[in-house]
Amino acid sequence: MSVGLRARPLRAALSALGIAIGTAAIVAVLGLSSSSQAGLLAEIDRLGTNLLTVEAGERLTGGKAELPLEAPARLTHLGDVEQLAHTGLIERANVYRSSLIPAAESGGLQVRATSLNLPAVLGTGVARGRWLNAGTAREPVAVLGAVAARRLGLERVYPDARIWLAGQWFNVAGILRPSPLEPDIDSSALIGYAAAERYVGYVRLVGGEGKAGPPSSIYVRTMTGHEASVQERLATTANPAAPNETSVSQPSDVLTARAAAAGAFDSLFLGLGVVALIVGAVGVANIMIISVLERRSEIGLRRALGATQGQIRAQFLGESILLAVLGGAVGVLAGIAATAAYAGSKGWAVVIPVEAWTGGIASALLIGALAGLLPAVRASRLPPTVALRTV
Amino acid sequence: MSTVLELDGVTKRYGEQPPVAALRGVSFSVRQGELVAIVGPSGSGKSTLLHVIGTLERPTSGVVRIGGVDAAQLSDRELSRLRAREIGFVFQQFFLAEHATARENVADGLLYAGVPAEERLRRADEALERVGLADRATFKPTKLSGGERQRVAIARALVGKPAIVLADEPTGNLDSATGASIMALIRELNAAGATIVMITHDAELADGLPRQVRVRDGQVVSDCP
Repeated sequence: MSVGLRARPLRAALSALGIAIGTAAIVAVLGLSSSSQAGLLAEIDRLGTNLLTVEAGERLTGGKAELPLEAPARLTHLGDVEQLAHTGLIERANVYRSSLIPAAESGGLQVRATSLNLPAVLGTGVARGRWLNAGTAREPVAVLGAVAARRLGLERVYPDARIWLAGQWFNVAGILRPSPLEPDIDSSALIGYAAAERYVGYVRLVGGEGKAGPPSSIYVRTMTGHEASVQERLATTANPAAPNETSVSQPSDVLTARAAAAGAFDSLFLGLGVVALIVGAVGVANIMIISVLERRSEIGLRRALGATQGQIRAQFLGESILLAVLGGAVGVLAGIAATAAYAGSKGWAVVIPVEAWTGGIASALLIGALAGLLPAVRASRLPPTVALRTV
Repeated sequence: MSTVLELDGVTKRYGEQPPVAALRGVSFSVRQGELVAIVGPSGSGKSTLLHVIGTLERPTSGVVRIGGVDAAQLSDRELSRLRAREIGFVFQQFFLAEHATARENVADGLLYAGVPAEERLRRADEALERVGLADRATFKPTKLSGGERQRVAIARALVGKPAIVLADEPTGNLDSATGASIMALIRELNAAGATIVMITHDAELADGLPRQVRVRDGQVVSDCP
């Protein structure tokens, strides 16, 4: 059955290449989208879905609302809340690499006052240097989010690293790892509430006494499984006076949506794979038609040796299917290799959906059968005497 | 001696308007163990005659019996079976598969006769030995001389022990010395029992065979001795 393929291996390989590329593209597209989804789901697993965020919303009359100063303390007492952290966005403060940078070039970075347990609650940690402690939280010391550090040109922490924050120098103590649940933290410079009060003037007067604040975002870890019940009570507890001026969200929802989006494969590339498959099918059909013309004397000889029409048809159809399936198998392996290489570089688990490789082989089989049908029928209908006539 | 091939009033016409008659009522028979030359100039219809005898073409009218079976009554499948088991072909152009060894080429003679692969190769070795090429079994046709290639083709025709071997100008592509050795082989195989019908345009070559059927314009003009 493989006679025609072994007789001309280079030509067979080239004509199977189209099918190999097509199946490789399809398998890689499906494999990569599944692998990236698996990667995101693993990250969601690691970060947990029990984080809820309370933020200041809009006032009914327009303008930005504020959370009450005592909101974090109140939420601590809420049932099923395991721990919480909070940050206060200091809108009038900006952060620069040095005092010489024009004020307009703030780089889209934020300055936030933070509670000291923020990394633990968000499931992140310091990539370099140190997090704030009770001492440094009172001093002009900042910790940078991952994006903020990159934009400020601080890839590592050295002893006298400084940034220009709200009109004065702050030392940089550390750099955080990326925080997928709260991307806002990534682009922030974080300082202690005490430092914010003392150096930036982030303060509210309560009963004639200044207190640092108010917080703008409160991050609440609930007991696992109680997210919904806690979520219902968050707004009224945080701001009983105006519960509708707070917004409550579940950041893992965003990641879950991203995972779903990643799982939805790129239809453009899938389309390209299908086009490559069609081109490959035309290539196989082409080579089979040419091979029927070239192998007329072989067909005649086989008829003389006693091959029936059905046997000739089966031979050419079989060769076409074999060619296409070989191409498909090579393509599936290449697609898996490409997926494994890319997923490996991203640290994702390699996930090849069963439909991807079975579909690849099955479509190659189908293509081989379709592409070989016409040439095979032609070969079988060739009268033996015509086939034996030398050209 | 039993009759292995019998033609009775065989005609063959090609085309419609007007039909061209290639055979106009050919009748003769070949008995087992005979060596017959069918001889005639080009255009005499001898190739068509060979095709009809070999069941590669059906006659327009008349009867072709091979081993007593009327070929006209058979389906494609039955005809194929007849060719696989009862008829061996030797062609002027050899028609060997170039990527396969001599042994594999000879074994292909049994490909459609329902013989297992191992048995095919064993019998191919036997057949190669009969044509004096036992030492060339693993050679590919490209490494063989023209005479050796024709011997491989003859071995392929003989390997199934067919009732009749049809040879179409078997020496046509060979020089005279090689051609003579092939003729000697054919006579030798005939002496060992093979029934052989050979087509040639070479009257001299035909005269060297025991029986000559002369064909001209689609008719048998003489059948001697």
